[in-house]
Amino acid sequence: MNPVNYLYLASLLFTIGAAGVLIRRNAIVVFMCVELMLNACNLAFVAFSRMHGNLDGQIIAFFTMVVAAAEVVVGLAIIVSLFRARHSASVDDASLMKL
Amino acid sequence: MTGLAAAATTTSTGEALQFWVLGTVAVIGALSTVLMRRAVHSALCLAGTMIILAVFYLANGAYFLGIVQIVVYTGAIMMLFLFVVMLVGVTAADSLQETIKGQRWLAVACGLGFGVLLIAGIGNASLTHFNGLGQANAAGNVQGLATLIFTKYVFAFEITGALLITAAVGAMVLTHRERTERAATQREMSEARTRSSHLPPLPAPGVYARHNAVDVAGLLPDGTPSELTVMQTLRQRGQIRDVSSEALADLKALEQRSEDRLGRGHDSSPREEEEAAK
Repeated sequence: MNPVNYLYLASLLFTIGAAGVLIRRNAIVVFMCVELMLNACNLAFVAFSRMHGNLDGQIIAFFTMVVAAAEVVVGLAIIVSLFRARHSASVDDASLMKL
Repeated sequence: MTGLAAAATTTSTGEALQFWVLGTVAVIGALSTVLMRRAVHSALCLAGTMIILAVFYLANGAYFLGIVQIVVYTGAIMMLFLFVVMLVGVTAADSLQETIKGQRWLAVACGLGFGVLLIAGIGNASLTHFNGLGQANAAGNVQGLATLIFTKYVFAFEITGALLITAAVGAMVLTHRERTERAATQREMSEARTRSSHLPPLPAPGVYARHNAVDVAGLLPDGTPSELTVMQTLRQRGQIRDVSSEALADLKALEQRSEDRLGRGHDSSPREEEEAAK
């Protein structure tokens, strides 16, 4: 097996996550799909790091994790305040500004 | 595994086996994250996928990242997700009606096209050789990462520190609620209660319905469920279970069984005689 297979797996997971973001209505599940996409990118970075034989890819994956943690904190805070205001976590219900 | 000579073309058989077994499970976990109707099930499937990704990091020589993946992602981030799912309502299932017609199929088609594009792109690249991390990890993976973080990537590292502080402050600002009115004193609350129509404590849930779950409404003497017995939060979410019909059906089945056991099915009971007389 060649480590390229890790890249195929990462692109598959990224695709599944992207399709989930488009399909699901629940804001929390949409957010989980975004996390899945970020994780797939990390896997690709780690595989690239091994292919090139240096640690830069792992550093980028590490920074991605930090940014993902910050993103989750703010995103979940937004979902909670949205739920308080509208009593629903559905992304379709937040359509107050729609004509 | 990682100590291979430079420019190898294949990994060990054990790693290949691990990849194919765990990779399948990871894809199944990702698919069920998308397809499960309840958010809790999605979160658990995603946690499983993330643990498998941590194993892949370890197999790829990213020992530090593998551990961080388990500690930060499955330990902290997924627990935060579960916490919010509990806060928002566990049983709140996704609505299945589409607001834009045909959006789901379009999304699936977009995903398929995107996946084909990505995989074809990787397939076209000439990636037959790989170097392996034997040399880079020679002084230890953590030491190598630390050297890079504090020399080449030190500005990025400091900026992520600022980002984390901003995110923490932002989360506090977003979830903080300013109290706009004065809190009612105990005297005012008791006066309001005395003036209201219901003075005694609220009835307990479930106890009259042969059920002790809090989301089961207690039954009134005539058998109808009383919403007053279920707490306000569950009432607002619409998570009240009505077991009055179930309880009556259970009772009926029990009576039927005892009748059969006692052999009363054949000779007529006094009630049936009355009905026959009518």
